[in-house]
Amino acid sequence: MSAIDSISFDHTELLRFITAGSVDDGKSTLIGRLLHDSKSIFEDQLSAITHTSRRRGMESVDLSLLTDGLQAEREQGITIDVAYRYFATPKRKFIIADTPGHEQYTRNMVTGASTANLAIILIDARKGLLTQSRRHAYLASLVGIPHLVVAVNKMDLVSYSRDVFERICKDFSTFAKGLKLNNIAYIPMSALNGDMVVERGDKLDWYEGMTLMDLLESVPIDHDINLEDFRFPVQWVCRPQTEELPDFRGYMGRIESGFISVGDAVKILPSGLTSRIKEIVTYDGVVDDAVAPQSVTLTIEDHVDISRGDMLVKPVEVPVVANEFDAMLCWLSEQSLDPRRKYLIKHTTRTVKALVSRIDYRVDINTLNHEAADTLKMNDIGRVSLKVHQPLAWDPYQRNHATGSFIVIDEVNNNTVAAGMICPVKD
Amino acid sequence: MEILNEMEESVSPDPGFLTKTEPVAIKRRIARHLGHLDALESEAIHIMREVAAECANPALLFSGGKDSIVLLRLAEKAFRPGRFPFPLLHIDTGHNFPEVIEFRDRRVKQLGERLIVRSMEDSIRQGRVVLRSENQSRNPFQSVTLLDAIAEFRFDACIGGARRDEEKARAKERIFSFRDEFGQWDPKNQRPELWDIYNTRVHPGENIRVFPISNWTELDVWEYIAREELEVPHIYFAHTRDVIRRGTGLLPLSHLVQPLEGEKVENLMVRFRTVGDMSCTCPVESSAVSVVEIIAETAITRITERGATRMDDQTSDASMERRKKEGYF
Repeated sequence: MSAIDSISFDHTELLRFITAGSVDDGKSTLIGRLLHDSKSIFEDQLSAITHTSRRRGMESVDLSLLTDGLQAEREQGITIDVAYRYFATPKRKFIIADTPGHEQYTRNMVTGASTANLAIILIDARKGLLTQSRRHAYLASLVGIPHLVVAVNKMDLVSYSRDVFERICKDFSTFAKGLKLNNIAYIPMSALNGDMVVERGDKLDWYEGMTLMDLLESVPIDHDINLEDFRFPVQWVCRPQTEELPDFRGYMGRIESGFISVGDAVKILPSGLTSRIKEIVTYDGVVDDAVAPQSVTLTIEDHVDISRGDMLVKPVEVPVVANEFDAMLCWLSEQSLDPRRKYLIKHTTRTVKALVSRIDYRVDINTLNHEAADTLKMNDIGRVSLKVHQPLAWDPYQRNHATGSFIVIDEVNNNTVAAGMICPVKD
Repeated sequence: MEILNEMEESVSPDPGFLTKTEPVAIKRRIARHLGHLDALESEAIHIMREVAAECANPALLFSGGKDSIVLLRLAEKAFRPGRFPFPLLHIDTGHNFPEVIEFRDRRVKQLGERLIVRSMEDSIRQGRVVLRSENQSRNPFQSVTLLDAIAEFRFDACIGGARRDEEKARAKERIFSFRDEFGQWDPKNQRPELWDIYNTRVHPGENIRVFPISNWTELDVWEYIAREELEVPHIYFAHTRDVIRRGTGLLPLSHLVQPLEGEKVENLMVRFRTVGDMSCTCPVESSAVSVVEIIAETAITRITERGATRMDDQTSDASMERRKKEGYF
């Protein structure tokens, strides 16, 4: 069976990426092109969109229809929220978080970006760097997406001009200098004609870099997880209390970052007690060591009271334990932030009551200027000071996404109202 | 496991990406990087443990189909050596393939876990479900029995095996999908889901559907079944069966499905890609008699799982969206 030889089960890496841009930039066409040219579109899907394209009087198949969503959206001609799409090549498996543009953009992009390794920012070659491109770049830097691709699309409409491309690259990199964005790649393309998406085409011979697909398949993502600091938030305590296992006490959770071995000293937070790792238990047997992002069960040498919400760390690489911290908040709810109210914060596996003690500023995401504010409205981003009623063990978001992020929940209606990213301690 | 050469320099894709050269010690650790199945597995285990820890009274939906078979293995990985912190729940349409029910009961016995079965026959008898005809597909009506079971046992969370690659409406659904007290899904009013921090809070009477394998594709499921050497009902493998060609699909001959005028019964080598309601679950022609051969077929298949196998989803482009709004899985 030759087909089997080409399938590698376990060693395919998973890359999650987000596409930022509005419909006008050709975002849906680009996703459609990626799926189509990588042979990820199924016959029934293709025949459905071919049929629709014809009914709408189009000459060729409109690939953007592939990402057309729900009945409610089609009726209103809008796109709701984040849609996830999947495709695979022999090298990698991909998850696309497809986020629509429009006024809800900040909320949707932050949601999609929170799990992404890479963001593609689409720029219309005819229009150049617009306010929205700056907004997308800022959000990518805020959420700390490790890799950024600036896709200069619609090159066919500017005669595939190298000058146009280079001017846009220069504009973008000048702007990006003010942001914490290091890994930026620039690709000229025509999603409509398929140039430099999966195939190189024959119109952009002056461009010597990778096609988008080559880049997606090869960008190194091993570095995206923090492997320095061991962080193990306890999710669930396993006590079978059976005849065979009367005294087993396992701490179940996922290694959010770092690395742990049997015999390693661990510190339990927030209590500060210490012990050693006795066993690393998995369904497939005990192992000597484990690494993020594995889900495992840990047992320790001493009888120490540990429960859900506690965090195991190594004594040499401890996070901050405090009940006050500053954070960037992205407000997601139609109900604005009310600084007089108590909210809930869910941080790793711990949920605590919280109060916004100060709003430092709101960011104008078009100019990046800071402005005074007494509330945050939906899609606003601002820096705030928070007080929580029980201490949390945290790292600055830029050092560790898992222990630097949290969500804010409205206790009354249970909605998720904000996303938070903890700032480094001020000097 | 990939072994990285200690002297190797990281190659930077051109243009623009800069790659730091890391110390050898860190490289060694990175070299242990996990494959995509490990990443998906770890994500699913994490999700299940969150449900167990934060929901008062969850249940895991187990039908005997391949996706829920994968869920059971993930639950074992999440909670052994302890017991599952939830019962298994099967909504029985009464139109099941007998092999699948036999498999379901055997698997539950092996696991030593508790199975609750609630049957659509009861909902029909009580007049809660009214069918046009006995042979009609029962898939759309499972919601009634499911919602009744949720009310009876006061479940606040149901873990299900739905995947986002199955269908357009699923692609937009959260991993923790909130339902109101009528079991309805409102696609325009979903909770934002950030990082891997899940908001599990509900008011009494409301519940959430949780889909730990949201990010898996049909191929991932089969690869996982192969890797874990999971047993699946044998109707997933190619076998000869009497079938009727109807529309673009094949329907299995049974007491529920008989040839209409002009249709003839053929005996073909087929397998099922899903094992749902017997009256509308279509097999595909196949010669795959092992998991590895199914993987090979799936890897090169050109038709989506639902497009090939569910007559009821073809009724309208928006049928899944409508059913979900009514409280379907």
